[in-house]
Amino acid sequence: MRTAAVVGASLAGLSTARALRQQGFDGRLVIVGDEPHRPYDRPPLSKEFLAGKTADIGLRTPDDDDLDLDFRLGTRALSLHPRDRSLQLSNGQTLRCDGVVIATGARARWLPGTEGVNGVHVLRTLDDAIRLRSELVPGVRLVVVGAGFIGAEVASTARYLGADVTVIEAEPLPLLRQLGKEVGTVCAGLHADHGVRLITGAQVKRILGANRVRSVELADGRQIPAEVVVVGIGAAPNIEWLAGSGLELANGVVTDAACATHLPEVVAVGDVAASYSVHLHERHRAEHWTNALEQPVTAAATLLGSPRPHLSAPYFWSDHYGVRIQFAGHRREGDTVRVIEGDTDRRSFLAVYERGDVLVGVLGMNQPKLFTRWRRQLARPVLAP
Amino acid sequence: MQHDELCYTQPEAEVIEVCRVGDLPAGEAVRVATVDPPIAVFHTEDGDFYAVDDTCTHQDASLADGWLEGCTVECPLHASCFDLRTGQPSGPPATKPIRTYPVVVEDGVIRVAYSEVAC
Repeated sequence: MRTAAVVGASLAGLSTARALRQQGFDGRLVIVGDEPHRPYDRPPLSKEFLAGKTADIGLRTPDDDDLDLDFRLGTRALSLHPRDRSLQLSNGQTLRCDGVVIATGARARWLPGTEGVNGVHVLRTLDDAIRLRSELVPGVRLVVVGAGFIGAEVASTARYLGADVTVIEAEPLPLLRQLGKEVGTVCAGLHADHGVRLITGAQVKRILGANRVRSVELADGRQIPAEVVVVGIGAAPNIEWLAGSGLELANGVVTDAACATHLPEVVAVGDVAASYSVHLHERHRAEHWTNALEQPVTAAATLLGSPRPHLSAPYFWSDHYGVRIQFAGHRREGDTVRVIEGDTDRRSFLAVYERGDVLVGVLGMNQPKLFTRWRRQLARPVLAP
Repeated sequence: MQHDELCYTQPEAEVIEVCRVGDLPAGEAVRVATVDPPIAVFHTEDGDFYAVDDTCTHQDASLADGWLEGCTVECPLHASCFDLRTGQPSGPPATKPIRTYPVVVEDGVIRVAYSEVAC
């Protein structure tokens, strides 16, 4: 393999480039990124960066200078031709590659018809965060649509900045699907603890306003006044450019547990990859930071001819309202949840998720030490014969 | 030991009493927040004591809450690993080292020579 291209210059793409070098690839290594910025870390965008506490979110390190990476930033890949693995780029160039890493990530979903309305935001990119930050002034009325982690973190940061915040959630509780009703109830309480109105079981019908958002109208007719709206209703994988490439696309680029796609010398990694999970025994598109950091080691090995399944259990964390939530494993409907240490009312506890008598998940709220220990008790994945 | 003594005599070093040896079982760590930035003192399974900066160089997390294995601590938030002997990161995402400080155990008491310019 003489030339490899990594399409996507965020954590998964940069990590795969590093892993390829670490695993001995000494050919030409091109990284194509559609954003004009150098690789940066996204988790602070809803937290410290949005709060103005840090601007230092670059991912590149001095060691990266030795990796001889050929960055093409502000450049979008338009298509992948399977026969010669050539990439058509938005700057008019064609890049013929011996190996391709697809790391194009995901993009924030908009409420239909709200994209481009003044005052309505999503939060996924650095530019999104800069735009939003300029509008989060003290006293501004903010409505956050979606009480997931992005929504909760934005609500928390906006409160810190002095905004008046309402969060609207379609489900009866925040994070119900991910964490279940016991922990969802605690997370609902966190909003209340900090003076944020949480409206659950509510559908947004439309956003009202002429040149700029004025209010959010719910399906039951209620109108919530707002100068700023943040839509935090999930993300969609960036796969449209791969139509006609011969890759199997199903809510992501379909791969096996080792990141291999159906095309030889083409791997997919990070938020865009719908990879077979040895933990879940099904295809799963993980949108978590740790996956984008760890899965690249597997993707690089596969591209270099030593495929092996990625084994780490899913892990994610969130910091909001001064509380650190950590979760490892996977919850399914019907799993039982037990608080085994601490107290949910004090926002400091450890909970375990069990399926029958098997430990399948661990959640810590402000319990990093216990969480770190319990996380290691999670059932090891059973590999298919 | 010579290294420790050298550090000990540095004018800016301040000797901090951490706890009694019996209060820090092997495999455990304690966070010392009386200094800024705080430090973490580890007692490894092999019986050695190490003192390092408590805050991970990657993002805000206390290494005293981390997972200790041999002479390596894994950060509880993002699993960065640090070698307690050198402070060097041995696993991503951290790329910058943590500072290390000499530990002296005398009369059953753990003390750390803390200095702004660490050894």
